[in-house]
Amino acid sequence: MVDSEGKSSALTKANLAAALNGELGINKRESRELVDLFFDAIKTALFDGHCVHLSSFGNFDLRDKNQRPGRNPKTGEEIPISARRVITFHPGQKLRTRVDGYAGSRE
Amino acid sequence: MTRSQLIEYISQHYRHLPQQDIELAVKTILEHLGTALAQGRRIEIRGFGSFSLHYHKPRIGRNPKTGEPVALAGRFVPHFKPGKSLRTQIEKSGVPIQEN
Repeated sequence: MVDSEGKSSALTKANLAAALNGELGINKRESRELVDLFFDAIKTALFDGHCVHLSSFGNFDLRDKNQRPGRNPKTGEEIPISARRVITFHPGQKLRTRVDGYAGSRE
Repeated sequence: MTRSQLIEYISQHYRHLPQQDIELAVKTILEHLGTALAQGRRIEIRGFGSFSLHYHKPRIGRNPKTGEPVALAGRFVPHFKPGKSLRTQIEKSGVPIQEN
């Protein structure tokens, strides 16, 4: 994929929908809706407090963090960082192995 | 949530497509996500987040059993950054974390 400036661009939902249409023959509207539903399903599970385990890809885990002291990096002023829940992604073995073979330039 | 539960969720919201098509669609989406990262290509999903590769520098590790030093090559690892809307909605979620 090449964007308007001629640079290699990121993979987006539009690319995924095009793949469903081109490879599986699912019509364009349904392809878009299926891609949306795929990410909605993961989001909904996470909102409901469920971790998401996709064996070939990776795990989206949830962690509850306690309140901790923080600082405004500009002013140095101390402000507490409130307790919150965060998502952590752990790539699965298959994905790690595939990416490990990538020998591109360092980012 | 596992892959089969994800397929079930989509089926329930998309009853007019045979389950087999939905299974293939999920497989195809996951394959394309993996292929993009294996090629060093970023993934950007509006309202969800982005995946990119992070570089880990070569280092001397240790065999945890024997304590022996082991040279580890530099490598790329996939990284996920949740999008702002997903992050802020999860942040304040009051539902206890479920053990699947």
